Amino acid sequence: MAVSDSAAKEIQAPDEQSEAIRVTDLHKSFGSLEVLKGVSLTAHKGDVVAIIGGSGSGKSTFLRCINFLETPTSGQIVVNGEEILMRADGTPVKRRQIERVRTRLGMVFQAFNLWTHRTLLENVIEVPIHVLKVPRAEAIEKAKILLDRVGLGDKADTFPSYLSGGQQQRAAIARALAVDPSVMLFDEPTSALDPELVGEVLTVIRDLAAEGRTMLLVTHEMKFAREVATHVVYLFEGCIEEQGPPAELFGNPKSARLQQFLQTVG
Amino acid sequence: MELILETLGLARSAELLALNPPGWGGNLLRGLANSLQIAFGAFGFGLVIGLFGASGKLYGGVVVRDLLAIYTTVIRAVPELVLILILYYVGTDLINQVSQAMGYGRVEISGVVAGIWVLGIVQGAYATEVLRGAIQAVPKGQIEAARAYGMPPTMIMRRVTIPAMMSFATPGLANLWLIATKDTALLAIVGFSELTLETRQAAASTRAYFTFFLAAGALYMMVTLFSGAIFARIEKWARRGQPSLRGTSK
Repeated sequence: MAVSDSAAKEIQAPDEQSEAIRVTDLHKSFGSLEVLKGVSLTAHKGDVVAIIGGSGSGKSTFLRCINFLETPTSGQIVVNGEEILMRADGTPVKRRQIERVRTRLGMVFQAFNLWTHRTLLENVIEVPIHVLKVPRAEAIEKAKILLDRVGLGDKADTFPSYLSGGQQQRAAIARALAVDPSVMLFDEPTSALDPELVGEVLTVIRDLAAEGRTMLLVTHEMKFAREVATHVVYLFEGCIEEQGPPAELFGNPKSARLQQFLQTVG
Repeated sequence: MELILETLGLARSAELLALNPPGWGGNLLRGLANSLQIAFGAFGFGLVIGLFGASGKLYGGVVVRDLLAIYTTVIRAVPELVLILILYYVGTDLINQVSQAMGYGRVEISGVVAGIWVLGIVQGAYATEVLRGAIQAVPKGQIEAARAYGMPPTMIMRRVTIPAMMSFATPGLANLWLIATKDTALLAIVGFSELTLETRQAAASTRAYFTFFLAAGALYMMVTLFSGAIFARIEKWARRGQPSLRGTSK
């Protein structure tokens, strides 16, 4: 425990209170392939951090390391001031700690990943009831409000397979909101959608950004990133190539690679 | 009624199959009840073994996986009749040796219990493979979503993996249940009075082989039809939320 104590002191910073997520020198290898080569990133409460980059740049892997869906090879991850204790090989020391931290990180996946044997309402109340032990009636009441909010109030008793991709993704966002996440993680939330369905999902995410939610957003929608993000990070081959406020990063990119990237994605 | 039976020449058969002695119908039904009891127990026992077996094969360490591979390979390689003889005699012998070593006398092992554990071990090997396939068919993203929201492994199993795999497992499990009902007939060889042995005794005593074996066949058939209806309902429930392949609405 002495190790973790000293590590905890090390991260004491004056603005620790406002820090939602702090990642320091994150490395991740799949076998001999190093996907993340030391990425550091701090998100403060209310920040909307957009992570952009080409395919294979490690942006999804980075997001998935934050809630340990991928086990980092090394580095430090602090969520709301709590450091996730890792062994030398990156595996978490305490499964319980990871599980507890995960409940505060609402994740939205590219492929929605709704539970297909449950209705939308059941999907939204599942985690509050069984993981967070919220009373059933209370969870249902809140879930209905959330489904209304994403425009699916009339679909509460429908199974996900009968809905469009856009509707499923909005339901998945309602599921993420149901746990009152301190940080929302979006992993390419519109990449699996037909072009005409992208807008409805972005509208929901835009509303969430406007109400001051802390979000990490991996996305291919450059216009959207420019519009909602407070901070943009450009990853190239597992390293942060350039980062800064959206106006600067998109309006006046310094790195040649980012300039080229922005040209190709339009 | 009697007139109809008389004209069809079935009066004698009806007499033989009467529920009360001298008819043998009661014996046949008692045999059927015994068969169903064993099939039920063995199927349930097999499911429990299968669930642990499948989890072990998918998530277990090297030793667990190797042991389970030996179990499923051996059980599925040896004819069931041989297995029943081995497991029944070896099993009862072992229990008796243990009980004698501990200072108790020989114990009488109930036919039902012996039948359940012998057939259950056989069923477990097949159930392991059925459930392993079903668990692997569950879309990875659904389990990942459960992990991402902080569910512990046992809860993921209970709330996500098992319900989601049911639609893939039901057809295979329905097969296993029907096999279990008919494998009970093999227990006749160790002298357990299930439907087939009862039928043989009735037939031998009355020389009316055709009547009795036809009646037993009809009973097995009824069990199958009834099971089919039950499993159709289970499958409909397990497939909830999945659009039909025929494209009909929900």
